Amino acid sequence: MGVLKASGKLWSNLFHKPATEAYPAAPREYPSASRGHLEFDPSDCILCNICGKKCPTGAIRADKASRTVTIDRMDCIQCSYCADSCPKSCLSMAPGYTAPDSTKTVDTFTVPEREKPAEKKAE
Amino acid sequence: MFQEQRFKKLSPEAVPGKAEELKAEGYRMVQICGITGEGSTELVYSFDKDHSLVNYNVTVPFGTVVKSITPTYWAAFVYENEIHDLFDVEFEDSQLDYKGNFFRTSTKTPWKGPEAKEAERWERER
Amino acid sequence: MGKRTIVPFGPQHPALPEPVHLDLELDGETVVRAVPSIGYVHRGLEKLVETRDYQQMTYIMERVCGICSMGHGYGYVNAVEGLMGVEVPDRAKVLRVVFHELSRVHSHLLWLGLLADGMGFDSLFMQCWRIREKVLDVFETVTGGRVIVSYCRIGGVACDLTPEHISMILKVCDEVEKEMDWVRRVFFLDSSVRNRLIGVGQISKDEMVELCGVGPTARGSGVDNDARSADEAYQALGFEPILYDEGDCYARCKVRVDEVSQSIELIRKALGDLPEGEWRVPVKGNPPAGQFAFRVEQPRGEAYYYVKGNGTKFLDRARVRTPTNINIPTMTRMLQGCGMQDVSMIIITIDPCISCTER
Repeated sequence: MGVLKASGKLWSNLFHKPATEAYPAAPREYPSASRGHLEFDPSDCILCNICGKKCPTGAIRADKASRTVTIDRMDCIQCSYCADSCPKSCLSMAPGYTAPDSTKTVDTFTVPEREKPAEKKAE
Repeated sequence: MFQEQRFKKLSPEAVPGKAEELKAEGYRMVQICGITGEGSTELVYSFDKDHSLVNYNVTVPFGTVVKSITPTYWAAFVYENEIHDLFDVEFEDSQLDYKGNFFRTSTKTPWKGPEAKEAERWERER
Repeated sequence: MGKRTIVPFGPQHPALPEPVHLDLELDGETVVRAVPSIGYVHRGLEKLVETRDYQQMTYIMERVCGICSMGHGYGYVNAVEGLMGVEVPDRAKVLRVVFHELSRVHSHLLWLGLLADGMGFDSLFMQCWRIREKVLDVFETVTGGRVIVSYCRIGGVACDLTPEHISMILKVCDEVEKEMDWVRRVFFLDSSVRNRLIGVGQISKDEMVELCGVGPTARGSGVDNDARSADEAYQALGFEPILYDEGDCYARCKVRVDEVSQSIELIRKALGDLPEGEWRVPVKGNPPAGQFAFRVEQPRGEAYYYVKGNGTKFLDRARVRTPTNINIPTMTRMLQGCGMQDVSMIIITIDPCISCTER
């Protein structure tokens, strides 16, 4: 009996598509909601540093004096708290994880100078 | 909607007696935890019977030795050793005493007293 | 009495990748006494409460454990909401239950795989983990995280379920249930599983009560202390705990196999009767001075959360008592009198999560 049951499984295994993906030949497709890494769009940023205050690990800092936003990729825990609390929605989570590395990656973004603070647009 | 909250005060000397009393009534020990305080450490003993929780707040001044409840609830050795290593509260008559070797911490008794708190350093660094 | 030998077991050991060390005192091949020691990976996450405010702690607490991440979030936000007196919308409560039960399905399947791996039944191990993958895909699609689900927020949940999400969850439930049919047959009937587990690590109901064991470990000995029975959200779904009386490794395995099916039932009921309306309320202000204790039934057992506020945004104390913490004494007692060959099996059946114990 056991042999018969096993042979059924054997046949289905022979003709079935494997349960695993042929990674890395077939790249992994992430769903759009995946929290992989933090993306920053400097165009609207007002350097308020709310993200820096909210971040549980202190991985992101906005510096008014030098007009830069620094993201420490290796310290970031992808919790998306900064993205949720950004008043200008400059921060967002995007699929694709930070690649492993032997040195720590720190990304520094420069926020372009603006003459006047952007006026509130009518919605 | 919230689970019933029962917090009672207890003196450190009354702890083993209370534990025996609760055990006779059929209570199960849930946990013991420590809270950092000024000049004393607060312990919270929690017991449960039929999904109803009762907590005892015990304020232990620094240097006071508390009698262990391991003779009554043997499983309490996990918490007592943890509190000994992190809060520096001594427990007497323990059935299984690790003598400070339960946790391997880089600093001795990291939870003892407000001076052990790191809030200021953290604020300064930000 | 022969000469006694002490065999050091762990922290790297054949049972599963969890850093627990045991000093096994052997008489011949029988364990006479076992002394556990932990503390190899103590991370001090509870201590972070001094420097992180109560909102940030939600994210820290979720990272106490990878497998029961959802359970830790659930417990912590409920404790803080209790302290602050926040009334959570009904829809959020049900959504939390759905995700908590999904995490139970994946945790139990992970454990069943580890059990099969522990006894050398590698094909069963891979099949269990293959089934589990579907649940992780749901997590990733809805919340964005495969492991750290990060779904609970103070005041509600992180995102609402769309109709597509609901039909995806129901589809996964059907698939997992179908697969569980034969997984159950293998675990319940296969002779190699039965020979390896029946009668091993037996512990009676009285002893379990005395040792204060929790979770499926206790329910395998017939002790009903499932914290879900006291949770209103679960009472509304007609929750009944699953109990087995044998108290051996086999009973603990059966409890978990049955709980997978039970969780799927609960998810279906919850989604079938999902209340409409708000799923998150804004939470303003700081936690008041006071204390609050909350218990939640995680996949591994009852977890205890305690928060103490002082009126500022920093809590005085956030305590997590993980289920493994209290099951370590139970495990130590089970090991007394067992053979050396059964030690790893017994350690696996309490479903230890040592890293989660060492917050």
